Amino acid sequence: MFQEYDVIVVGAGHAGCEAAAAAANMGSKTLLVTMNMQTIAQMSCNPAMGGIAKGQIVREIDALGGYSGIVTDESMIQFRMLNKSKGPAMWSPRAQSDRMLFALKWREKLEHTPNLDFYQDMVKGLLVKDNRCIGVITGLGHHITAKAVVLTNGTFLNGIIHIGEKQFGGGRVAEKAASGITEQLVELGFESDRLKTGTPPRVDGRSLDYTKMDEQKGDDEIVGFSFSDTKKIKPEQQRSCWITYTNQTVHDTLKTGFDRSPMYAGRIDGVGPRYCPSIEDKINRFAERDRHQLFVEPEGWNTVEIYVNGFSTSLPEEVQYEALRIVPGFENVRFFRPGYAIEYDYFPPTQLQYTLETKLIQNLFFAGQINGTTGYEEAACQGLMAGINAHLKTKEKEPLILSRSEAYIGVLIDDLISKGTEEPYRMFTSRAEFRTLLRQDNADLRLTKKSFDFGLASQERMDAVLNKEREVKNILNELNNFNISPEEVNPLLEKIQSASLTQKQKAGQLILRPDISLAYLLENVPRLQSIFSGNKKEELEQAEIQIKYNIYIEKEKELVAKMNNLEHLSIPQNFNYTNIPALSAEARQKFIKIQPRTLGQASRISGVNPSDVQILMVYMGR
Amino acid sequence: MSAQLQEWDDTIVAIATAPGIGAIAVIRLSGKNSIAIVNRLFTSKNLEEQPTHTLHVGLLKAGVEIIDEVVVALYKSPRSYTGEDIVEISCHGSPFIQQQIIDACIQEGARLAKPGEFTQRAFLNGKMDLTQAEAVADIIASQSQASKQTALKQLRGGFSNDLSGLRNRLIEFAALIELELDFSQEDVAFADRDQFLFLINELSTVTDKLIGSFRLGNVIKNGVSVAIIGKPNAGKSTLLNALLNEERAIVSDIAGTTRDTIEESLNINGVIFRIIDTAGIREHSGDTIENLGIERSRSNAGKASIIIHLIDLTDNGSSDFEWLKQFNAKTIKVYNKVDAGGSASANENDIFIAAKSGIGVEQLKNVLYKHAIGEEINIENTIITNARHYSALLKVKEALSDIKVGLLNNISGDLLAPDIKRCLNYLGIITGEIETDRDILGTIFGKFCIGK
Repeated sequence: MFQEYDVIVVGAGHAGCEAAAAAANMGSKTLLVTMNMQTIAQMSCNPAMGGIAKGQIVREIDALGGYSGIVTDESMIQFRMLNKSKGPAMWSPRAQSDRMLFALKWREKLEHTPNLDFYQDMVKGLLVKDNRCIGVITGLGHHITAKAVVLTNGTFLNGIIHIGEKQFGGGRVAEKAASGITEQLVELGFESDRLKTGTPPRVDGRSLDYTKMDEQKGDDEIVGFSFSDTKKIKPEQQRSCWITYTNQTVHDTLKTGFDRSPMYAGRIDGVGPRYCPSIEDKINRFAERDRHQLFVEPEGWNTVEIYVNGFSTSLPEEVQYEALRIVPGFENVRFFRPGYAIEYDYFPPTQLQYTLETKLIQNLFFAGQINGTTGYEEAACQGLMAGINAHLKTKEKEPLILSRSEAYIGVLIDDLISKGTEEPYRMFTSRAEFRTLLRQDNADLRLTKKSFDFGLASQERMDAVLNKEREVKNILNELNNFNISPEEVNPLLEKIQSASLTQKQKAGQLILRPDISLAYLLENVPRLQSIFSGNKKEELEQAEIQIKYNIYIEKEKELVAKMNNLEHLSIPQNFNYTNIPALSAEARQKFIKIQPRTLGQASRISGVNPSDVQILMVYMGR
Repeated sequence: MSAQLQEWDDTIVAIATAPGIGAIAVIRLSGKNSIAIVNRLFTSKNLEEQPTHTLHVGLLKAGVEIIDEVVVALYKSPRSYTGEDIVEISCHGSPFIQQQIIDACIQEGARLAKPGEFTQRAFLNGKMDLTQAEAVADIIASQSQASKQTALKQLRGGFSNDLSGLRNRLIEFAALIELELDFSQEDVAFADRDQFLFLINELSTVTDKLIGSFRLGNVIKNGVSVAIIGKPNAGKSTLLNALLNEERAIVSDIAGTTRDTIEESLNINGVIFRIIDTAGIREHSGDTIENLGIERSRSNAGKASIIIHLIDLTDNGSSDFEWLKQFNAKTIKVYNKVDAGGSASANENDIFIAAKSGIGVEQLKNVLYKHAIGEEINIENTIITNARHYSALLKVKEALSDIKVGLLNNISGDLLAPDIKRCLNYLGIITGEIETDRDILGTIFGKFCIGK
């Protein structure tokens, strides 16, 4: 019934969809196995993509040839570029999506992907031979063989859902949990542990009083996520979100349910993230705060369903309801579904290599929440990398590994496999040491060529990048040679209270002033405007960033060069650490467990001292 | 950011001779700028024009001040121990001359070598074989252990606590800055730039003071200050003369002869001490001039690095000096006139002398020296730790000034953050705490309610 596949992807969430699309697009015969074909690419949590650090990741996925950016562009109901008042490294695209349209668009993309088959069944186990994964076993008893398998099980592995004192098995509400895989992997020698996450209630938008909330509109300009041309809505079509706040009475009401809370009654063993706490966690840990912000987010164009972001909870439904009713605007709220907490198995990611292939079993890859991460974007980028590397592995080609100075994706994977994680891992810009280099505006310039060389990004994307590079270079040239006279610009400078010129100055010099933007000059200096009339906005913006932030960019590049000294010193595989008595006991233990690939990675493992790295270096010779 | 960034193409410096005081010490630099760095300190000729494997005599200067007359040996790459350009400076053995030279090299752009780093470079440049690697690794392990132990203990003048406290406050600010970047969409309070500037100024003040205290030129000029405190006629001036071997202070039997403060410099094994003889302290004196002197004595005692509490063994009256107890840590009790009889119940660290005949004066000199250098730490370690702190403090200062410029120009937090992290990393080298990133994120999650 089944042919032999190159790559089987288990699970069709954000990680699974990207993995399957990447492997198939690169030419692998790929099978996507999911428990339910109706729930491909579900947004199980809030209906939004991007945000700070996460938006940068989506741009990177797109630059590499993944689909998350395109799908988001095509399904968004609102777009905002966050942090616009800060430096360009902080500009972060975020979109509110139509939940159903998002899934539909993904399914469309996958169905149009060559080499990709689908099958609906639960994978209960793996086919493993000589420490190599060679396929999967399904609930219906099928043995499907493949050269490589990517597991993207999300929260489904032995998932347990908690609502107050009720608890039941499930991967999402109303969806069965998956069993068998954890047990088999533990038997094979894997270490597994439990994590916890949660979602807020969904309510009927018709029952809310928006006059009591603050409106949060979309931007006047929709930049979007994809570097390719995508069909996006017009700014005026956007839907608004709303902001309201809890208060002390809400908190007091929630507290009446604490004795029945699965968290406080000790029924949940899994560790939840500190930065995405449930509402009960917030009022417990931050008792001094008399209110918490709630974001009221529409679920789509054609539904009245509303997602109450910020009110994640696993308290009994009636407590959720009574408390939410006290929130301004929610006095007459009608529930669609209550919030819940979910516990699930994950495999501490120090058991992985940079390719996301497991160290124990060859040709077995993990991506997404199974690695202890949280978030669609984090999952999707791992799926993409696992899909690419599964394909490359089966074709016996060099793997694609992104460094910390190249991409947030590189930071994420390096953090996971070098440091592991004890709580659901979410990306922050502060996790990246080269934040100024890893901007959303240059993801294509950073990554598309690499992906193209490895065979994923299309010729079309590559051409677009080359064109952008060329145009930006031209603009830089023009700006650095274009003289502006005092007579021409002083009135403009006076208007914004910027110091006047006494002699001619290059346009590029003027833009260095923090209060002068290229757009302002273009608007007011017709000679300049005519030179750049043929340029796209993103090209002009790119050139402006490169001029304005040049000193910061150069500083970081110097640091990268320094770091790369260690990054380029690879440690031989199966290096024998036990023969080095001079290493500290803790470092030796960590090195043996994590098996760092380079001295750079070794130096980032927590508990490793600089002297341990030096000792390693000496033993390795060059 | 990883605090463990390894630098490769820079120039390193360290003392090459064995610890302790010999007549001659050798300071070695290795790296592509080593000749240029020493050339900027060397006065008699242009070292960059000299051939390899040659010796040059001349004066080494830091600014206009002469540090020492030295012999400089040049070994150019690849014909050197490490395979890089090497300069060896042979100087006089005084630890303070050695430290001054190291400091000067650091100021010119060298970095203090890590333990075993010369040998490591030699190894990496193919100058040693693998069997020697084990020995090198052992050196690195043992020395990094030793330097860790001495790290914080040695900071002068109680600044270390200040620095640790300020570092913690800087981490909080770093967290606030990151918070407003990563969680700008949420309902949290953000960093107050005025308060931040205030903190940066505070840090700058402490850093500058510390840098000042590390300036060995300063120490050589000003010396280690020693105040002699005691009752009138306890023999303070006699002791000063005995230490100096000359009649500097007016000596008489009349109590209260010394009314001014007398300062003299004394060189013990290359360390300069500035001995301050003060007016004797009586509880009640009718003499106003003497009262002024007493006031000055108390203030001198407070400022001095070391206090000699001189007690007359023949004086049976009580000599409590209750107020001196606050300075216990830096006080040496010295009993005078041991030859004239009399006795006291003393501790093992107390010293018995007869200033007039010179009994015990040499012993006192040794004790002073140990007090100044720190007796449990060998000299080389002290210098190395000092130099490490010194070079880290210079980097802290640089980062602080960058932060300040950024704050005054009102730049966005993401552009301030790299300088803050750099500052924290170098502060961490001094205080021995290096996990900056974890501290920042920990502070964010611990203190602020974030997440939807």
